[in-house]
Amino acid sequence: MHGTCIEIGGMAILVRTESPEFFGILEERYGGGFVNPSAEPLFALDVEIVPPGSNSDPDAEASVRFEGGRWVLERGDFYAEWNPGLGRGYIRQGAYPYAMDAVLRILHSLLLVRQGGLLIHAASGVRNGRAFLFSGVSGAGKTTISRLAPQDVTLLTDEISYVRRDGDGYRAFGTPFAGELAKVGENISAPVAALYFLAQGPENRIETMAPAEAGRTLLRNILFFAEDAELVKLVFDAACEFVSKVPVYRLTFVPDGRVWDLIV
Amino acid sequence: MTETYIARSSDVASRMLGGEMIIMSAADSTLFTLNQQATAIWNAADGVTPLSEIVESKICGAFEVDPAVAYQDAEELVRDLAGHGILLVSERPAEGREVTS
Repeated sequence: MHGTCIEIGGMAILVRTESPEFFGILEERYGGGFVNPSAEPLFALDVEIVPPGSNSDPDAEASVRFEGGRWVLERGDFYAEWNPGLGRGYIRQGAYPYAMDAVLRILHSLLLVRQGGLLIHAASGVRNGRAFLFSGVSGAGKTTISRLAPQDVTLLTDEISYVRRDGDGYRAFGTPFAGELAKVGENISAPVAALYFLAQGPENRIETMAPAEAGRTLLRNILFFAEDAELVKLVFDAACEFVSKVPVYRLTFVPDGRVWDLIV
Repeated sequence: MTETYIARSSDVASRMLGGEMIIMSAADSTLFTLNQQATAIWNAADGVTPLSEIVESKICGAFEVDPAVAYQDAEELVRDLAGHGILLVSERPAEGREVTS
């Protein structure tokens, strides 16, 4: 059995497989800073590799439900279970990284929500020790603003931002969940200074968003998959708390590097 | 006249943000934003206070609205929110709760 600790957001999960081929894929996919052999894992996931089936669409919608004391995660290209009480889980998937990425995103969304944390559809980067988040739907400019980041900015992700409570504020962590930039983020963290909702326009402009509008917009950009009313309420509370603590702006920008002059 | 009693569904989450009440249905994640009058009714929806009393005590005086118009608007709001399942409507006060003033 091969095993590796994949640590994202300071939370490690031990992933085990009997497939040397898949172990190599894991090392390659998460080895750029997200494998931490000395981390204390929260739980273990055993991966069974199966040949790709006829229903292996990674773009299909995931189903996430709590049944009989365990979470059941299902999509065209994987089937997974996680039993929080027993501290272990199981994945059946093909030997490629997309399914594992999806399972990790879902598991971390479940872990985060009980801590007041969030996975946000946002790019993020660290500048001068502070993290800035750039959120928006596909095409809003997450990849563009990531690509335009100057050298003094450390990219945490161009696609999915990982946010945890940190004292009276929040801390953003790097993630391996890459978007169009296809570049894994740096596994570092920093206090969140601001959240920007992106729009492309004829000039660079920053406008403060009212808390209610900020909350509504943030809720539309949170990644959460579970069909569970209690947890949905926790997501709502976490989003409201976040916009109460973190300055939120609308950032209209021209797609060139000058936009970063405004991000200080 | 039959009285109407309203209660907030337990299947929702709500929060005041910058003076606006945001409500989310936990069943389907639909979001609602209430204006000040609707918020006053929402906050008073305890299941035991008649809607007419809520309108009189929380709306008419505070917003200087004609009672008949205010009640009509409140009924429309209640129908709308009840239609989305976030407000429960009954002709009787909820059991197990005491009327509070």
